[in-house]
Amino acid sequence: MSVRFGLTDDQKALRTGVRRLLERRFPREALRAAVDAPGRLDRELWRALGEAGFFALRLPEAEGGVGLGRPEAVLAFEEAGRALLPGPLVATHLAAGAVPGAAGGEVAVAAVDGELVEWLEAADVVRGDVRGAVPLRSVDPLTPLHRVPHPAAADPLAVLLTAAEQLGSAVRLRELAVQHARTRQQFGRPIGAFQAVQHLCADLLVRAETARAAVYAAAVTGDPGDIAAARLLADEAAVRGARDCLQVHGGMGFTWEADVHLHLKRAWVRAGRSGGVTESEELLAAALVR
Amino acid sequence: MDLSDTPEEAAFRARLREWLAEAVPAAGPEPDPADWPGRRAHDLGWQRTLYDAGYADVHWDASPALRMIFLEESEKAGAPYVGANFVGLLHAGPTIAAEGTDAQRARWLPPILRGEQVWCQGFSEPDAGSDLAALRTRARRDGDDYVVTGGKIWTSHAEVADWCELLVRTDPDAPRHRGITWLALPMDAAGVTVRPLRTLAGSTEFAEVFLDEVRVPAANRVGAENDGWRVTMVTLSFERGTAFVGEVVACRRVLRRLAGAARENGRWDDPVLRRALGRLDAEFRALWRLTQWNVSEATANGGVPGVAGSVFKLRYSTARQDLYDTAADVLGAGALDLDRPWVLDRLSSLSYTIAAGTSQIQRNIVAERMLGLPKGR
Repeated sequence: MSVRFGLTDDQKALRTGVRRLLERRFPREALRAAVDAPGRLDRELWRALGEAGFFALRLPEAEGGVGLGRPEAVLAFEEAGRALLPGPLVATHLAAGAVPGAAGGEVAVAAVDGELVEWLEAADVVRGDVRGAVPLRSVDPLTPLHRVPHPAAADPLAVLLTAAEQLGSAVRLRELAVQHARTRQQFGRPIGAFQAVQHLCADLLVRAETARAAVYAAAVTGDPGDIAAARLLADEAAVRGARDCLQVHGGMGFTWEADVHLHLKRAWVRAGRSGGVTESEELLAAALVR
Repeated sequence: MDLSDTPEEAAFRARLREWLAEAVPAAGPEPDPADWPGRRAHDLGWQRTLYDAGYADVHWDASPALRMIFLEESEKAGAPYVGANFVGLLHAGPTIAAEGTDAQRARWLPPILRGEQVWCQGFSEPDAGSDLAALRTRARRDGDDYVVTGGKIWTSHAEVADWCELLVRTDPDAPRHRGITWLALPMDAAGVTVRPLRTLAGSTEFAEVFLDEVRVPAANRVGAENDGWRVTMVTLSFERGTAFVGEVVACRRVLRRLAGAARENGRWDDPVLRRALGRLDAEFRALWRLTQWNVSEATANGGVPGVAGSVFKLRYSTARQDLYDTAADVLGAGALDLDRPWVLDRLSSLSYTIAAGTSQIQRNIVAERMLGLPKGR
């Protein structure tokens, strides 16, 4: 059991492959360019993701998919979260096989989740009832949002993939914090030599690694309780992680130029998906007395 | 990523479960926590039962996966935990197995496995807690003996122990990590005085041990003179690896009971409390998976559970305290009544962020060894 919980060689290769693809197709300059052009979906990048199998990952090979499972999808979405990849990734991934063109990245699919829809205007296909949708001035420059009067419940798989994205952010935020703590000098030494800063960084790691175990386990079991637990841990790791990373960055962390705020804002958007943390907590509580 | 049992693991689990179903009821009820001789007899008796059934050395010889299954199934069956056997089975024993001579292994290991002898740990001192290498208990060589003078503190099970794994300073002039030696001290030696310490929970979980010119044969030294720090660290990570597996299973059971109690007394209708219970469930599910993940990674990387145990301990110690704080919310006024369940657990949970390395020391370990930050100050 437990001794085979770790990633297989194929899974490690898949993770590395997605990371390399995103480093090539969506480097930091592309991220900052996207921030400057809000609401625009990069179709070339979308097709590249489609060709790489990002959307068709879990689709059976007989249907033209890659034929892999939840764990592989989770690893791919973790990388997407790490890179802050924009676009209706979860909705399009879940539409693969059901909406023509979604699997190959020719079509971008948006979906109603709770009372929000991400990327409504840029999407080619919208799933759910969007009558009366009103645009919001989105807090996240990389996620256009509409509010709808007819909320829809979320697929547990959407919750899991969102948790994977949160995990990716959490891990990246830990790296950013540690990088800054190692290089920024004050009082004649790196600020990472001070325990007050070290302990913030240690907590970033503890939250991210605990979330990782929960997210990967939920990917293996697919159990609704495990998925709810994964989302709670991953939301905490990303949101608290962004706050602590911002704090480690000091004044720089409060600027538009640093990437920390982009992770924080996206983490807030993701934490608001699928009924928010309340729904997951209530689901787990209800299971305790069943 | 695979969480299923192999056929070998499934067979082990099934056989163990069947055996536990008969053996646990036969072990009799848990003795009163204040009854130390009774607790010693109970814990040793269970170890003897394990020995007779072939499970005595599961902590030492079984694969990490089988060890996890053993701890999980034992806890689910309500079997006694290692209790007074903790140091013998999980620290002194593995240390002797790894670093002792053949003669030392033959002398000390079988009585541990058969449930005949209890060991305690003489590491911390009044002035050497988190800074363990500051220890000052002095051992001077005199013929075939060491003569030991000093004092140890926070020594669990000292009142009922036969042996103590003792760290002493043999070279006061050497750099502090290099002047320490590991000795097996017989607790009935002349000059050993045990003074129980009362914890904030009112019980005597541990003691102070005073050592006044105690003669310890040099044959009781494990490893070389002045090499005791390394000898100790070889197995110290053990207690941060899988040692808490059973407790996580137990916490999940407590959580279910808490939810049941809240339903009965009406507090379940409070969404704040309900959500707190839901979040705790997420936490303990995650901690269970984290243990599996750590064991899996350690196995893939060659065996010894490393600093990942610090990650687990940081999170678990706080989760346990949150669990019993939430229990107090469920109990309401009952939380102030020592005769109610969970009230003493709430008090004893306070030690978790301190014992076996404080949370602050664990964060230092994570920052320096996992994140590669400069040594703190």
